[in-house]
Amino acid sequence: MPDKSRDPAALVLLKKAEREGIEVAWDRYRLQQPQCGFGLLGVCCRNCNMGPCRVDPFGEGPQKGVCGADGDTMVARNLLRAIAAGAAAHSDHGRDVAETLLGAATGKAPDYRIRDEAKLRRLAAEFGIKPDGETPAGLAREVAEQALDEFGTRKGFLHLINRAPAKRRALWDKLGITPRGIDREVVEAMHRTHMGVDNDPASLILHGLRVGLSDGWGGSILATELSDILFGTPVPVRGRANLGVLKEDAVNIVVHGHEPILSEMIVQAAQDPELVQYARSLGASGINLAGMCCTGNEILMRHGVPAAGNFLQQELAIVTGAVEAMVVDVQCIMPSLPQVASCYHTKIISTSPKARFPGALHIPFSEEHALATAARIVKEAVDNFPNRKEDRLLIPHEATDYVAGFSTEAILAALGGTLNPLLDIIKAGTIKGIVALVGCNNPRVPQDVGHVTIARKLIAEDVLVVETGCAAIASAKAGLLLPEAAELAGKGLAGVCRALGIPPVLHMGSCVDISRILTVAAAIANALGVDISDLPVAGVAPEWMSEKAVSIGAYVVASGVFTVLGTVPPVLGSRAVTDILTRAAQNLVGACFAVEEDPVKAADLILAHIASQRARLGI
Amino acid sequence: MTASAVQELLPQITMDPSRCLGCRSCELACAVAHSTSGHLYGAISERPLPHRRIVVEQVGEVRSPVPCRHCEDAPCVSACVTGAMARDEPRGLVLCDGDKCIGCGMCMVACPFGAVWHPPETRRAQKCDFCLHLPSGPACVAACPTRALRLEQVSAAARRKRQAALARLLAGEWPAPAAPGAGLTGEGGA
Repeated sequence: MPDKSRDPAALVLLKKAEREGIEVAWDRYRLQQPQCGFGLLGVCCRNCNMGPCRVDPFGEGPQKGVCGADGDTMVARNLLRAIAAGAAAHSDHGRDVAETLLGAATGKAPDYRIRDEAKLRRLAAEFGIKPDGETPAGLAREVAEQALDEFGTRKGFLHLINRAPAKRRALWDKLGITPRGIDREVVEAMHRTHMGVDNDPASLILHGLRVGLSDGWGGSILATELSDILFGTPVPVRGRANLGVLKEDAVNIVVHGHEPILSEMIVQAAQDPELVQYARSLGASGINLAGMCCTGNEILMRHGVPAAGNFLQQELAIVTGAVEAMVVDVQCIMPSLPQVASCYHTKIISTSPKARFPGALHIPFSEEHALATAARIVKEAVDNFPNRKEDRLLIPHEATDYVAGFSTEAILAALGGTLNPLLDIIKAGTIKGIVALVGCNNPRVPQDVGHVTIARKLIAEDVLVVETGCAAIASAKAGLLLPEAAELAGKGLAGVCRALGIPPVLHMGSCVDISRILTVAAAIANALGVDISDLPVAGVAPEWMSEKAVSIGAYVVASGVFTVLGTVPPVLGSRAVTDILTRAAQNLVGACFAVEEDPVKAADLILAHIASQRARLGI
Repeated sequence: MTASAVQELLPQITMDPSRCLGCRSCELACAVAHSTSGHLYGAISERPLPHRRIVVEQVGEVRSPVPCRHCEDAPCVSACVTGAMARDEPRGLVLCDGDKCIGCGMCMVACPFGAVWHPPETRRAQKCDFCLHLPSGPACVAACPTRALRLEQVSAAARRKRQAALARLLAGEWPAPAAPGAGLTGEGGA
């Protein structure tokens, strides 16, 4: 099954799933073949009830929908809706963190505290709040209120875009894509794509970039900054990754989804001596917490909690037969989980009022009673330990050490407090550039092959790789997040890694934490007095699948970063849209997309881009 | 080997209009199967664009692809003045030799199913070739998400219908409720 995954743990459990008749994502992907050509090309529209309509890409069938929209309009509208959905997901995550911060400040969420007061003061100053004489709670309240205002602000632009270089902001103003409010841009996207509004592909795509920017420099950046204030800004921390982190003799709880608000409380509850004692009374050695996807990334960045795996491993974790409870919140949680869990003893516990899963146990989570709810969830897991079926148990051996926790602040600390050493080694060519390798898993491509192939090729060529999300977990499993992985890097990068004691691939967090990468890129550009689009940097999403990834792509390119996609987006049915994204965008925002399914060729594209950027900078 | 014995050995493309959703995936797959690149993303940028040889039609509430039936006594073959359209006996297929075709269009006039027509670039007859170049068989059948199109032995199709009829008789459901496309359709069964 090497076409399914490069991860030996996944392969072991895929065989077990097959033996036990458990259907997983790869099986369902096979059953979907061949997938609808109209959908793959993006030339179908269901936006009104005169349809559904589709355009024949081979020219013999209809070329327009009932309303008269052609394939270009359909593709552009569909793309904009995908960006809007992705931006909505990230931004709503940010809003929940802002509300929790407000609750912590006002006493409505008593189990939360301010963990990084220094960062709170920095962000307050950035928002123009005078810190004099303010208590941390008072400051947190003002920061949270200002953050919440960003969602519906009427001042005409989002505050944190001020971090972007002046040249970039002027460009956004000129193109009319400066994001004006986090919610507003998503709402306008839905308006524009309603029947009979915006039909011009270029106009639709430009708004798509604005929606993306409202995510990257709005919802996502707030999610990151406020999570750091509430839960602590990550510092380098060691842990272990892959399904081998599950323990045969312990109560295993996997937290899966995206928001740290709940998982932080589960981390606390799982250490509660009474609950641990209860687990022991049932014959378990203790309570073992592990993370999955970005909830996993949030707690591994801050606590070194083991990462059980990335997106395509969520069902396989249950197939081990060793998981007492999988606790889920929002985003990237497969609806199949209760079905898979029903074949084992695992309880799926849903917690978000926004995300219900038929067949799951729903324990609604509220900030007011956070720790008590978390304790109830942990107790449900412990209760379930005696139900484990020993003959169904198979925990793979694979678990690899990682070092994660490279927040912007941690990177600065590693550099001695200033970006200058990094700028110097980039100028000198010791490090040729920086690449953000991000995104999901997708059964279209063998799991982790895109991520790991590209990361290894880039570091071998002295390119520093920074990662978030499922890409980062892929690197953790492959051993690339260790300082020892410097031996796989080129001579220049290896030397830098050894001098600073850092890995050649830096784990910067969850998918909203791509905002950390934006912040670093902006700071480098500002320090050099250039625009982000002048830097020897690139983005790549080798195995992306979600609408959030489409939004990320939009803000990364709109911020001036050349971005390579490893799976084909549903836009090729329109030459006009494809041309704007892969060519014309270069003239508009100084960056564009490329699509390359072969990871080796994708790495080559990136290396060529970095070389040409260096040549243009004369370094 | 007689023609009828050969036909017993060869599967045919059968349609079940009660299962057709009108998605036209068969049309796309057919065009891709007859493109130079052989894959969707490449096919849409070829010039001339590749052509489909199967079309979904709708009459009243009934939708169905109407593919070439590869007739035993094919009117298109009888009408062809150059011998371009001919039966490929060992395989029981009606195939068109584009080099011999003069584009007179008599095959189009003769075909009772509308399964033969000219693409504008070549003005030569073009029709279903059963995807003989694909090891996996006809692309339209593989692409159909509801199994409205199937590749099956005529005898197997008939047996499937007999069994469905018997099941209805035993269940006291005879006569069958009027299904969309009744008369064309094979009944149920996956």
